Parts: sequence; structure tokens; C-alpha cells
Amino acid sequence: MNNLLEVHQVSKKFGDFTALNNVSITVPKGSIFGLLGPNGAGKTTLIRVINQITMPDSGHVLLDGEALKNHHVKDIGYLPEERGLYKSMKVGEQALYLAQLKGMQKAEAKKRLKMWFERLEIGDWWNKKIQELSKGMAQKIQFVVTVLHEPKLLIFDEPFSGFDPINANLIKDEILRLRDEGATVIFSTHRMESVEELCDQIALIHKSNKVLDGNLMDIKRQYKSNTFQIGINPNNDNLEQELASKFSVTPAEFKTLEDDLKLNIKLSNNESANDLLSYLTSKGQISHFVEVIPSANDIFIQTVKNN
Amino acid sequence: MNHLPLIIQREYLTKVRNKSFLIMTVLSPLIFIALITVVVYLSQMNNNKQRIISVLDDSGMLTEVFKDTDNTKYNLLTGLTLDNAKTIVEEKGDYGLLHINKLENFENAATSVQFYSEESPSLSVISSLENKIEKELTNLNMASQGVDIEMIKASKIKVNIAQENFSGVKSSKIDSVVKLAFGGAAGYLLFMFIIIYGNMIMRSVIEEKTSRIIEVIISSVKPVQLMLGKIIGTSLAGVTQFIIWIILGGVLLTVVSAIFGIDFAQAQTPQQELMRQAMANPDANMKVQSLFTAFYNLPLTNLVIAFLLFFISGYLLYSSLYAAIGAAVDNETDTQQFMLPILMPLILAVYVGMFTVIEDPHGTVSTIFSFIPFTSPVVMLMRIPFGVPIWQQVVSLLLLIGTFMFTVWFAAKIYRVGILMYGKKPTYKELIKWIRY
Repeated sequence: MNNLLEVHQVSKKFGDFTALNNVSITVPKGSIFGLLGPNGAGKTTLIRVINQITMPDSGHVLLDGEALKNHHVKDIGYLPEERGLYKSMKVGEQALYLAQLKGMQKAEAKKRLKMWFERLEIGDWWNKKIQELSKGMAQKIQFVVTVLHEPKLLIFDEPFSGFDPINANLIKDEILRLRDEGATVIFSTHRMESVEELCDQIALIHKSNKVLDGNLMDIKRQYKSNTFQIGINPNNDNLEQELASKFSVTPAEFKTLEDDLKLNIKLSNNESANDLLSYLTSKGQISHFVEVIPSANDIFIQTVKNN
Repeated sequence: MNHLPLIIQREYLTKVRNKSFLIMTVLSPLIFIALITVVVYLSQMNNNKQRIISVLDDSGMLTEVFKDTDNTKYNLLTGLTLDNAKTIVEEKGDYGLLHINKLENFENAATSVQFYSEESPSLSVISSLENKIEKELTNLNMASQGVDIEMIKASKIKVNIAQENFSGVKSSKIDSVVKLAFGGAAGYLLFMFIIIYGNMIMRSVIEEKTSRIIEVIISSVKPVQLMLGKIIGTSLAGVTQFIIWIILGGVLLTVVSAIFGIDFAQAQTPQQELMRQAMANPDANMKVQSLFTAFYNLPLTNLVIAFLLFFISGYLLYSSLYAAIGAAVDNETDTQQFMLPILMPLILAVYVGMFTVIEDPHGTVSTIFSFIPFTSPVVMLMRIPFGVPIWQQVVSLLLLIGTFMFTVWFAAKIYRVGILMYGKKPTYKELIKWIRY
């Protein structure tokens, strides 16, 4: 079994509003899976279905090949977007309570908590109340509480919000480390740069429907348009017209040291990069030649607009 | 996984350790006792103040009637005109002047007595004066018609109707008073408990919503479990507080009355006066004894069992609704529109209990309200000391438990959806819709 999580044709309606319409996703073991979509697309509902907070109207969810049951809560760690802690409870007590709710024994939870607190250098917070901590500090506690019971599946909804760059980086490294130790991560965010950086797989949900999913690189390959960005110091002045007559050409924007001619050249399917390159070498000094790879951001915007 | 004990433990400890809870627990009995002490002390001072009442008796018939007591001294004036007497009394600063006209015959006696005073006199003073004068004049009147007063006195017969039901249980008027006290206390206790701790549950649900921890929690436990844990944990904290109040209150009362020498039992209130009249037995020892008999005449086993059952189910019925309200709204100010439908039956129950049950514990109104689930816990608890057939209690309890299961189900539905809803204040229509989510 290579998929840790399989969601099969899940639908959910709230009154007349359809939150999820026949959505299926598969999350391979050990991957970091990006769950993307505009606000109100249905991501949170899907995550809540996986967490058994919301029951789907139809469809089913398999975790490690088994239909979701009560006992699966201990296999999932969930950091919701709307998160918080009991303000007047002490840090240590609260973390212990939440760990016990996830089915951990008190002594074991305490041991692991101490270890985590040491690693994140927050050991002296144990007896502080949450209301005495800053938002970022509370977020750290929340992160520890989410991963403490070493779940197979970690679900993070906007995990970096509220963190400064240093702590965001710290958390990112922890997420990668947890993945390397065998956890599978579902990651819901609007920050496309973290998608680029972390995710192997993505699914895009738009207006309650899944509109795109798969391996991020495969999707990029699918979305690339055989376009190359070039910078050239031409031998003669009418190179631009010459190129325009042969290829579809648009002006490009990037930084160069010299005042070069900068263009995006889109090739037809039967033309290769090598053909273009050998053609260009005779026309001038090439300073820049790179294939345009669509960013996750481009794919996101393009897909959402087309639907 | 059953996390109920864990949730109950957390809710209990959080409530009990809360500063305002601690302060309330210690301070409430102190304030309560202090208030009682002040009231009793003041009324005793009031009673101890001596009043001087001057009496100008132009009829000359009533001079023997006015005998000094601890509180009242009578000052008999003679040989003064009314105007002179008024001036003198006003200057002396006496409580008032009682003037009795010359009586030609007894017919116009009714209108021939006046009382003059600086301020309007207290009702009890006037009625005690009226009493004295009436009695004396009646006696005089009878004597003048040739009636032998001594004979009338000697021939007076007092009747004390002995009450006994068909199965042979004896009771008396004092029994009714004791029953009333027990029923009233039980019903009122439930009422207070629901209001105080229902609100506490509601606030604690709202707190979970506003601190946004709720989604973290319900990804680990079922909302119903969380709700029940909250209700039970808070109730246990409530029971703890109540017990501390009773113990602390009792100790303080003993200490205060020992130190200040204030006898709370002697505190006179109009109600106690009525009770004293109900206990027509003049002998103090007999009084205590009949109190005990009255106590043992109560259906004690029935009372205790019924109290526990009705108290618990009634409390759960209401507190689950409080929890649902807390889940439906974002902050406490939005709770008002939903509170009214909860408070109405509760207040109605107390009123029915206070007025109808006292009047006629087995009348139609009392009986009906002791079956309606939202009023039955309070009304039935008030009725039971008067002896309610077991079948009625069982039927009422079954109805109550049925309704309680329904409201818990209903509240859990609202709760499950409501705790994840932010922003908009829901309408009743939306709440109904949530049930189907």
C-alpha cells in the first residue's frame, strides 16, 4: 500500500450550499501534499472530513487502507487555520491534556514534551500561562502539540502564519525532518513559494471541485508551453523582426549586465530547444537561455481563471 | 477512546482553580452572613428602642388597659385639653398622643379614638393599640349588658383539628409548614443551581470558541463527549462550591451569633410570625417535638431519591440547552435572544411552585405542571413532600428523562455545528437548519 490516505468521491452539502462535490485525492506515503485553492473553495471542509469533524454526505476516506474510525484520531495530527489554546491554562498542563486526548499516556507525553521543548528552546515556558506568551510563542506550542503523538499523517493549515522568518524556517525544517522520519504531510496554504519549496504532490480545489492534482513536476511539465527566455547581444539591428517572423515572440523582463535584447520565444511542438539555440548562436552573443517553467503560482492562477 | 473522565477532570480543575470562582466561594457566604447580621442587628435595635406614648383618656374607662412593656411606655395625661396635650407631647418629643373621647355610649366608640404623631405611626403600634382598646371596650360593653365575662372566658373551648390520611399517617398544621419548607428549598435550590452553573457552562463553551481551541479539541474527541464532559465537570465544581458554602455559612453563622450575641432564631419576620401562628402549640418543648415528628412524617426515602433524580435530570435538561446556546453564539452579548425561552419555563415553574403548590399541592394546575418536562423538576420537587403517588412521580420522571435525552441530542447537534461557526449571529431558523447538517 503506497498511499497513506485515499479520499474517494467525497461530497458534502450544508443546506443548499455544496462545499465538496465528488472530490477524490490520494496522498502517497512519505510525501508532502499541497492542498491548494482559493478562499472558500472547500479545503477546510475536506480537511475536517479527514479529521472526522464533519461527516461526508457520500464517499469514503481510507487511512492506511482502512476506513476511517474513531481510533484514527491518534494517527492524525491537525493544526487548524483557526487555532488557539486555553488562555488561562499553563503551557505544560495544556500540552499534556491535549496529548492525552490524542490517546497518549501521561508519562510518555511528558517525556516527549520535555524533549521537544528543549529542541525548540522553550523549556522555561512550562509553567507559564498562554496569555503571558506572544502569538508566535503560542504558535510554537501549538506546533509541538500537533506533532507530539507522532502521527502518521500531519495536516497543517497555513502553518507559517504568525511566525517571523526565523521561526518559520525552524518550523519548515521540523516539518521536513518529520517527513524524513516517515510522516506524511498535508499542507494547505496560500503561500505559493512554500508550495514550490516543500510539496511533492498537489491538488487544487476550486468551487467545491477538484480541478487539478498530481505530482508537482508532472503538472509543471504538463503546463509548460515550450517557451524559452533569451538574452542576446545581436550582430545586426533587425534581429528582433527576423525572430518575430520565424517564432512567436513576446518581450521579456529580467536583469542583465549589458543592454541585451530580451525575449520570450515560444516554439511549436516540432521545434526543439537545440534548434533554437544553434540558430541563435549565429545571430549574436547569447547571455541568457532558459526554459520558462510555470510556477505553482502561475498554474494556480491559470487553472482558477479557466474554471 | 473514552476521554470523558479526562475532560471532566480538566473542566473541574479549571473551574475550581479559577480566581473569581475561589473568591466567590469564600466571599459569598461572608457577604451573605454580613447582610443577615446587619439586618437582624438593625431590626433588633429597632425593637429595643423604647417608645413613649402619651394617653389622654377623656372617657376614663381605659386607664387600666395601658400597661408598660419593654418597648413601649404609656404616659397617662390627666386634666388637660386636647390642644394643650398635643403641645406638651410635641415638645416632649414622645412617639405620639392617643386621645380617647368621652364616650356617651358604646355605639360611637368606633370613631372616638384618635392618634396624633409627628410621623405616621408604625402599623404594628396602631394595631396593637386598637386591639387593646377593642378588647377592653367589648368587655365593658358586655358587662354593661349584664354578661358575665368570667363565664365567657371559662366557657371558651380551643380546637386543634388532628389530621390523618386514610392510610393512618398523622399530620398537623406544622407538618404543612415543614413540607413547604422542604419542597420550597429543593425547588429553589434547583432553580438557583441551573441559573448559576448553566451560565458557567455557557461561558466556558463561548471561551473555547473565542480562544479558537475548539477545532483542535474536536479533532481528538467527539463534540458530544466534550459537551457532556463540560456539563458534568462544571456541575461537580458547582456541587463543590455549594457544599463549601453550606459548611462555611454554617460555621460563620455559629461564630457570628456567638460573638455578637445575635439570636438569629429570634429574628422576627412577618413570615415567621405566620409560622408561629401555624404552630398553635404554646409549649416550646412540644414545638420542637412536633417539628421532629413533622420531619419524620415526611416521605424521607422518597424525598431523597426523587430529589436526586429530578435534580440531576432537570439540571442536565437545562444545562445542555445552555451549552447549545454557548455554541451558537460568538460572545456573551449575543446570548440574550436565546436565554428568554430557557428562563421562561424556569421562572414559571418557580411561580407555580410558590403560589399554586402552597395553596393546593394536588390541584389541577400543580399536577399538570409537575408533568410538563420543563417545569416538572421544580414543581414536582415542591409537591413531593406533600405525598405524590409513586406512579405520578415515575411518569413525570420518564417524561423528563425522555425530554432530557431529546434536548441533549438537540443541543449536541447545535453544538457540533455551532462551535465551528464564527462571525454571524445565528437566527432560530438557521439553528433548525443546523440540525440537518
